[in-house]
Amino acid sequence: MPLELLVEWTIKLLIGFVILMTTVAYLSLFERRMLGFMQMRQGPNRVGPFGLLQPVADGLKFIFKEDITPLAADKFLYVMAPALSLVPALMTFVLIPIGGEMKIPFIDRPIALHVTSVNVGVLAILAMTGMGVYGIVMAGYASNNKYSLMGGLRSSAQLVSYELAMSMSIVGVLLQAGSLDLVKIVANQGGWGGMQWHVFWFQPLGFIIFLISMVAETNRAPFDLPEAESELVAGFHTEYSSMKFAMFFIAEYANMVTASAMATVLFLGGWQGPGVAQLPLLGPFYFVAKMLFFLFLYIWLRASLPRLRYDQLMDFGWKFLLPLALINIVISATVAVVLL
Amino acid sequence: MLAEYLPTLLFLIVATGIGIALILIGNFLGPKRPSPEKLSPYECGFNAFEDARMQFDVRYYLIAILFIVFDLEIAFVYPWALVFRELGVFGLIEMGVFLALLFIGFIYVWKKGALEWE
Repeated sequence: MPLELLVEWTIKLLIGFVILMTTVAYLSLFERRMLGFMQMRQGPNRVGPFGLLQPVADGLKFIFKEDITPLAADKFLYVMAPALSLVPALMTFVLIPIGGEMKIPFIDRPIALHVTSVNVGVLAILAMTGMGVYGIVMAGYASNNKYSLMGGLRSSAQLVSYELAMSMSIVGVLLQAGSLDLVKIVANQGGWGGMQWHVFWFQPLGFIIFLISMVAETNRAPFDLPEAESELVAGFHTEYSSMKFAMFFIAEYANMVTASAMATVLFLGGWQGPGVAQLPLLGPFYFVAKMLFFLFLYIWLRASLPRLRYDQLMDFGWKFLLPLALINIVISATVAVVLL
Repeated sequence: MLAEYLPTLLFLIVATGIGIALILIGNFLGPKRPSPEKLSPYECGFNAFEDARMQFDVRYYLIAILFIVFDLEIAFVYPWALVFRELGVFGLIEMGVFLALLFIGFIYVWKKGALEWE
C-alpha cells in the first residue's frame, strides 16, 4: 500500500467529516431561520451576527445538560441506541462524490473529489441507511416508555415500507447507468453539455418516487409519525436527554444530508452541469447548489404540509408508491430496450 | 479492488470513536441530580401504571414479513438491471414474468387485507 494513497485518504476523510458536521450544524440553524421567515417571524438571531453562532451555543448546552438513564431502562441497549443510529448516518458520506477529477496545485496527478468509490456504491449506501432502523427500534424498546415503544414500532414499519419504494425507484437509474458505482452513475449524466440528467432523460417518475420515499425514510414532515409530538410526545427519543438526544438529532440531519446527496447523484446529475467539462472547479458548486435545493425542500415541506395519519401513511407507501415503482421499472426497461 | 474499501473501514472506526466520545462527554460533564420522579418513565405527569413492554399490533410483524419478500425481490432485480444491456429483449421478458408473478402475489396480499390499517 503506497503511503501517498493513505495520506490522501486521511486528508479527504478529515475534509469530508468537517464538511458533514458543519453542514449538519448549520442545517439546524438554516431550518429554524427558514421556518421563522415562513411564519413571519425572525427565528434565532441573538447569538452572533444573524444567529450564526447558535449551533455552537446549542452544542455547549447539550454537553452540560444532565444525562438521565431511567431506572427501568435496559441500560446497555439504552446507551448503545444513539451510537447505533449515529454511526451509519455519518458513514454514508464516505461514498458520495462531490466533484470530478481535477488538478490541484503542487500535486502532479489529478485528484478525484470523493473519498472512495466502490463498485457496489448504491448497495453500500442502502445497507448503511438501513442500519439506522436498529438504533431507533432499540431506543424505543430500551427506554421502557409507552411513547418510545410506539414511536419505535411505527418508525421501523414506516422505514421498511418506504425503503422498498426507494430501492425500486433506483432500479430505473441502474438500467441506464449500468453500474452501482456512484462515480459512474454521475459520469453517465454528462451529455447534452452537462444537462443529460436522469430526471430529464426518462426517469422523472423514478425521481418523484425517490423524492417522496426519501422524505419518509428520514422521518421528516409530513411523514414524521414516529415523533408526532401531539400524540407520542417525542416518539422513540422521549426518554433521552443531553448528548444522547443530540446524537439522534445529528443522525437525523446527517441522514437528510445523505439523502439529498443521493438524490443529487442519482437523478440531478451530481456535479454535472453546463461548463463543467471545461472548468472542473464548477462541479462542487453545482453539487452543493443541488443539495441545498433538496435541503430547502425538506424545510419547505415541513412548513407547508400537515402530518399524515398512520393508516394513510402505510396505504400511500404500500398501495400507491410500491405499484408505481414496479410500473416505473417496467417502463424504464422497455424504454431502455428501444432507445439504448 | 479490495483496497478501495479501506477508507470505509477507517471511517467506521472514526465514526464509532465519535459515537463513544459523545456518550462519554455527555455523561461526565453533565450534572448528576437523580430523583425518583426524574428516573421514572415519562407519562405526561401520571405515575406509570404498567410495564411499557406491552403487547402490540400483529400487523407490525406482517409488514416485516412482507418487507422481507419484497426486499429479496429487489436483491434479484439489482443485478439484472446491471447486466440488462447484454441481455436485451430476453432479459426484459424474463424479468417481466418474474415481476408479474410477484405482482399477482402482491394483489393477493392486498385482497386478503394484509395492508389494511383501520
